[in-house]
Amino acid sequence: MAELTGKYLVGVFDDDDVILHAIPKLRKAGVKIHEVYSPFPIHGLDDALGHPRTRIGIAAFLFGLTGATCALTMMTWMLGYDWPMNIGGKDYISLPNFIPITFELTVLFTAFGMVTTFFVTNGLSPNPAPVLFDPRSTDNKFVMAIEMGKNKMSEEDITKALKDLGAGEVNIKQF
Amino acid sequence: MASVHAIPSIEERFEFTSGAKRNLLIGGAIGLALIIIGAFLLANGSGHEAAHGAEHAAAAGADHGATAAQHEAGAAGGHGGSSWMTRIWANIWLNAVYFTGISVIGMFFMSYNYLAQAGWSVVFKRIPEALPSFLPVTGAVMLITFFLGGHDLFHWTHEELYDASNEGFDAIINGKKGFLNTPFFLIRLVLYFVGWYFLWTVLRKASLEEDQIGGLTNYDKSVKYGTAFLVFFAVTSSTSAWDFVMSIETHWFSTMFGWYTLASWHVTGLAVITLMVVTLRERGYLKAVNHSHLQDLGKFVFAFSIFWTYVWFAQFLLIYYANLPEEIIHYKERFSGYGGIYRAPFFINLILNFFFPFLVLMTRDSKRTHSILKLACWSIIVGHYFDFYNNIMPGTVGANAGFGPVEFGFILVFACAFIWFVSAQLAKANLIPRNHPMLEESLHHDIA
Repeated sequence: MAELTGKYLVGVFDDDDVILHAIPKLRKAGVKIHEVYSPFPIHGLDDALGHPRTRIGIAAFLFGLTGATCALTMMTWMLGYDWPMNIGGKDYISLPNFIPITFELTVLFTAFGMVTTFFVTNGLSPNPAPVLFDPRSTDNKFVMAIEMGKNKMSEEDITKALKDLGAGEVNIKQF
Repeated sequence: MASVHAIPSIEERFEFTSGAKRNLLIGGAIGLALIIIGAFLLANGSGHEAAHGAEHAAAAGADHGATAAQHEAGAAGGHGGSSWMTRIWANIWLNAVYFTGISVIGMFFMSYNYLAQAGWSVVFKRIPEALPSFLPVTGAVMLITFFLGGHDLFHWTHEELYDASNEGFDAIINGKKGFLNTPFFLIRLVLYFVGWYFLWTVLRKASLEEDQIGGLTNYDKSVKYGTAFLVFFAVTSSTSAWDFVMSIETHWFSTMFGWYTLASWHVTGLAVITLMVVTLRERGYLKAVNHSHLQDLGKFVFAFSIFWTYVWFAQFLLIYYANLPEEIIHYKERFSGYGGIYRAPFFINLILNFFFPFLVLMTRDSKRTHSILKLACWSIIVGHYFDFYNNIMPGTVGANAGFGPVEFGFILVFACAFIWFVSAQLAKANLIPRNHPMLEESLHHDIA
């Protein structure tokens, strides 16, 4: 995740249902929401925020394809050319024998690839610098961050809208 | 919920129209006509597969080498004169086994959903619930076929195999006598169908009563019936697979065969359920079924298509690797035996049942699209016909097999009868179980 800069309005809500229903109304009013932080997953939040669907499935497929290709290439080269071995009288290069390892490496590459992708896209390197708009979002509050630089509406208008829609408090966070 | 779904009415009744009945009758009649034409052609020897087949059988026999193998090939090919009658019996048996599987999987699906107390599947549960109504038909067909054509289909029914003084004595088959003998086979055959059908009847009765009076009593009962069925099916799914399919090649055995047939039946049943849900939706029924239900059904089909492949390959790899003559003969017959006539269905089997659905159903959106779901389900339904074709035909008709009017005819007759029974069953009750305790959960099923 890129380093955050600029000025943010931070709406703090007490209830997950209230924040979920506030989102479509704010978006309709033309407010661009940066992100919502919650202590637990809220069903339907992604849709409400209009986040694009994850592309991890495509990544997984490509990782799997890489794994399958690596396994088949490795075994073909090893057992067919580099060090041919007679195993049970089968051909040096015999596809059925290669399937279990191909399957294993496909799964291995997919699993490692997806975990790595997940870590990288979410900025979960060792020693992460957590982005916290309000520490209480890890406890009992639901926090909505709005980047002022990307919004045309004035600070007062957004603050008022947030309060009207049920935000208990609205703070300013400067990075 | 931000995205509030409007839940359409749950009061809808499937109508088994006279037009549909007429079409099914026409379909059945065409099937019957095809069978008669095909049988006539075969009996008069103009079906040229028969002529070719004889040569191939000889070639295949020479190919096999091992003594046990030769015996098996001889047993398959050498039933004497009326090879076309054998082909008729084999076709009836093949379709009966195939449709028994689809029917019983309806009950299987219901049972594990009850046992897991699953909520999501409630909205379309009338569809799997209707499938087992076809069981008495396939059961009766199998019983009659065994009496009339059992000798042609099952090598182990021949008396001389068990007579030590006879030159046809077979020590291996004689050793299986305790299990493979006609009285015990008949007892098992009847037990399977009576057991499966009885448990379905009580489950169905509870379900229909629940529709009228509501409450939790019938739900609790259903969980018990479902559990009882799963215990019973855990054993009978394997034993019926040995009886119906594996015993045809009496010498050969595979310890994975029970699983393998269950996997095959299961994925076919799931494909039929999914196809029916999609078809009913397209005809304006099941409006309460949303895209999440479809995606989960698609996942089910996808997962069990892979599961079938896994079991298929596990069985294949063990036998291929060990290369024991009495085991490998099974694949040799299919791969190169009988002049290679089973090589095409061998690969069709893998392509239609694994590669195609695997690639097509992989993405999220494809599992939510009617046309793609239908394509994948049809691929599996057709593919698993060939799965059973490849398991049953080599051991019964051997070199005289083919794919002609007789095969098409029997598929048509069985399919029309199956659709008739299931439609009649669907029309009997509200298409959505309106008083099921988990209906509300199912209506709001949302997996994003």
